[in-house]
Amino acid sequence: MSMARTRSPLGRALGLGSAKDGVEHWWLERVSAVALVPLTVWFTASIVVHADDNYPGLMAWLATPLTSILMTLLLIALFYHSALGLQVVIEDYVHSRIKLPLLVGMHLGCFALAVAGILATLKIAVGT
Amino acid sequence: MTNASSDRPQPLSPNIQIYRPQLTSVLSIANRIAGVALTAYAVGLVIWLVAAAAGPEAYATVHAFIRSSVGQVLLFGCTFCFFLHLCGGIRHLAWDAGYGFSLHAIYASGWTVVAASIALTVLTWAIAIVMLGLSR
Repeated sequence: MSMARTRSPLGRALGLGSAKDGVEHWWLERVSAVALVPLTVWFTASIVVHADDNYPGLMAWLATPLTSILMTLLLIALFYHSALGLQVVIEDYVHSRIKLPLLVGMHLGCFALAVAGILATLKIAVGT
Repeated sequence: MTNASSDRPQPLSPNIQIYRPQLTSVLSIANRIAGVALTAYAVGLVIWLVAAAAGPEAYATVHAFIRSSVGQVLLFGCTFCFFLHLCGGIRHLAWDAGYGFSLHAIYASGWTVVAASIALTVLTWAIAIVMLGLSR
């Protein structure tokens, strides 16, 4: 009790984590959200326009530099934002022993999915 | 120390099950559910891209599923989840910037999110259906 009272406000706050990493998590979730507004609207509009494309038509659209660049940016922002969002969901609702493996698996899964999507986009961009 | 109040049942800590659903709380959890659903749809986006990169046969399989009735219902759900999370997310960004905290503004923006999500979903599908009809 007396120990807690004699410690300085800085001493009590240091090392508690949330004041350090929480702000960055919160901020990056917002930054990725701002990036996703134009990217997802572009993607949705493009899918509507290309809904009737056959396979060569779709590939021709996906292979254009603008599409490749925007698709890559979309995949990065999308899975980054997903990982940050799912992390909070897991932390809020999962309190058992699977919490840590679930968090690690989710983060690795999001990373792997982003890499797979980007490599598929690049493969289409450079042709086969 | 005993007194009269300790013999009476004490109020329980805030418990979500006993609260009447309100627009604010329903939109809050709906935004989160839509976000989780959109992550599942993002997995679908990667499957679609990888299939397109793999070749016409793989793409035809994925395309056939998207064009099936189950695929179309899922795609419609994806469109609604997307617009709900987009509109709800913009509402959150406005709050983060310090705007819209009055009770009136919170309900006005909440109903705007509901109306805009439904309208944009219907509009997107209407445009897609009209464009498919014109190209035939």
